[in-house]
Amino acid sequence: MVPLQWYLMLSAAVFTIGVFGFITRRNIIIMFMSIELMLNAVNISLVSFSHYLQDLRGQILVFFIITVAAAEAAIGLAIIIALFRNKTTAHVDDMNEMKG
Amino acid sequence: MNYYLLIPFLPLAAFIINILFGKSIIRDKAHWVAIAAVAGSWVVSVATLTDVLSGKSLNQDIYTWILSGGFKVSVGFLIDQLTTVMLIVVTTCSMLIHIYSVGYMHGDKGYYRFFSYLSLFTFSMLMLVMANNFLQLYFGWEGVGLCSYFLIGYYFNKKSASDAGKKAFIVNRFGDFGFGLGIIIIFLTFGTVYYEPVFSQAGAFAAKTVNFLGYDVHLMTLIALLLFCGSVGKSAQMPLHVWLPDAMEGPTPVSALIHAATMVTAGVFLVARCNPIFSLSETALIVVALVGAITSLFAATIALVQNDLKRIIAYSTISQLGYMFLACGVGAYTAGVFHLYTHAFFKALLFLCAGSVMHAMAGELDIQKMGGLKKYMPVTYWTMFIASLSISGIPGFAGFFSKDEILWLAYSSPNPVGKLVWAIGAFVAFLTAFYSFRLIFLTFHSTFRGTHEQEHHLHESPKSMTVPLMLLCIGAVAAGWVGIPSVLGGGAHFTEFMRPILGHPEGHGTHAEELVVMGISVAAGFLGIGLAYYMYLMRKDLPVKLAAQFNGAYKVLFNKYYVDELYSFLIIRPTIWIAKNVLIGVTDAKVIEAIVNGVPGAIGAFSRQLRKAQTGFLHHYATIMAMGLLVILVLMLMR
Repeated sequence: MVPLQWYLMLSAAVFTIGVFGFITRRNIIIMFMSIELMLNAVNISLVSFSHYLQDLRGQILVFFIITVAAAEAAIGLAIIIALFRNKTTAHVDDMNEMKG
Repeated sequence: MNYYLLIPFLPLAAFIINILFGKSIIRDKAHWVAIAAVAGSWVVSVATLTDVLSGKSLNQDIYTWILSGGFKVSVGFLIDQLTTVMLIVVTTCSMLIHIYSVGYMHGDKGYYRFFSYLSLFTFSMLMLVMANNFLQLYFGWEGVGLCSYFLIGYYFNKKSASDAGKKAFIVNRFGDFGFGLGIIIIFLTFGTVYYEPVFSQAGAFAAKTVNFLGYDVHLMTLIALLLFCGSVGKSAQMPLHVWLPDAMEGPTPVSALIHAATMVTAGVFLVARCNPIFSLSETALIVVALVGAITSLFAATIALVQNDLKRIIAYSTISQLGYMFLACGVGAYTAGVFHLYTHAFFKALLFLCAGSVMHAMAGELDIQKMGGLKKYMPVTYWTMFIASLSISGIPGFAGFFSKDEILWLAYSSPNPVGKLVWAIGAFVAFLTAFYSFRLIFLTFHSTFRGTHEQEHHLHESPKSMTVPLMLLCIGAVAAGWVGIPSVLGGGAHFTEFMRPILGHPEGHGTHAEELVVMGISVAAGFLGIGLAYYMYLMRKDLPVKLAAQFNGAYKVLFNKYYVDELYSFLIIRPTIWIAKNVLIGVTDAKVIEAIVNGVPGAIGAFSRQLRKAQTGFLHHYATIMAMGLLVILVLMLMR
């Protein structure tokens, strides 16, 4: 039986990788993948707590998150493609028009 | 007696009909509506007079206007002797002038507008005289002022007319400010604004003093003088007389109705109505008498040298109004109201005759360019001649009885200034006769001095204008016969009729003295006429010579004592200077614009700084989010 702490540590590690990747990388596809990593880190912790507490509500929430993540992936990738077509680049430093 | 309600509300109905439908439907038939309404009012007024003569009176509220705590004001009507005299004066003059206007205003673009304002004026004036409380009086007071403004500025595309309208309105504000304060003090003192309780309790406050601007003054003196402020403005007394001569810019029927017969006498009516208050304060009475006497002298001297037909009559009006105040000031309220009543007829007649002359002269007003009009317009000549005899106080005519009554009561009055104001009054009687007949002789006698074209155009006015002249002429002769003094074998019915409301002055004097005083004023009248005859018909070179010899005095009189210039220097120009340099230069430019432009400027500067946070680089936002998350995490762990 793997104890809860391990799962949580895994979750924290994956989340931190996601955050670190999101902040440091400039390629928009990599940043998008980092976001997915963060979402899945949350999913891991939800499932592990659900199992630990013997409460299915956590897993139900995970389904919701997976659904939202799928929708987000679809829309996000569509936006990225549109951006790429206009800018012919996937580098976020070239996309700084949204400033005051 | 409930039909009295028709008196004010018929003209109101005529106003509403004409103002709503006049432009599109009624148009040149507008006079039918207005005349029918005012004739109805006149009939009801006569019926009311017979009721009052048989001893009835009425004081009734018909509608609660304001109810707030202990403050209650109604639309209410008080019908007594004073009210009925005013009703007769107002409706008679108004009706005849309405009829006259049909001919005079014929073909004017704003025909319906003219008649609607005339109806509105009649309504306001009737509300003023029929009120049973001060607030309704004030309503009527402002209503007539507003109509006066509308009608002076009737030819509003003429700059001088619209300026004159504004002048009348603004000058009246000065007086009405005092009047308003007076009503407020009445309410604070008595807790009500109804006449009946105020007048019956006034005696209890006779000795009370209040602190006003650091001085202890008698409460009744203060109230009386504040009310008198309103009178001074409305009745064009010194120093607020400047608006009335300019008001002659309005159509002549308006000058006759508003600026001679009715509205301007509202001030005298106010003093007469408030006689229980005025009688309690000797100071106030002296002020009233002196203001009246000085104004009458002042205006009469100006009238001596003016050349504008209507302005001479306007100064004559101011002078006669001064007479009425002089009478009220010596406690002879009955004589004041009696003169108001006779003056309404002969002065309205003088103005309407002037209008008739203007009609023939195609708007020309300079009497130096007239002359010899007698043979072209006999009706106008004879009616105006009779009106001038009446105003000069020639025995038998209306003006004689009222003027004589005033002079006698001033002479015999115990008031300390009685003798002084009598002397001024007698001298003014001489001046009045002189300038009235100067007007007559220059206008109607000798030969025509205008252009040939004008001479060709001369004609008598149409029937609708001459008939009211003749009717008013009857009034100018006979109106005084109701008040023939007992020394001449008359019954002094007018004085007796008014006694319950206005009391009777306590003057003492023998019959012989009364006859002497009467003789002096009659002699003054004849002397004035004679001198005018000598100077303007026999020795025609004399006026020019005199003017040259006394050039300084002539200039001062001709320029109306430079009062307009003085006000321009003291009030108007400083006001404009302040407006330009303080209000525009400092308040507007430095204060208001600083606020208006400063607030958005500061917000803009602040947001320009804030905008720098928005770099547009995604990783900056992400870093800030991550830092925020970290901070929250640390805070939670440290808790």
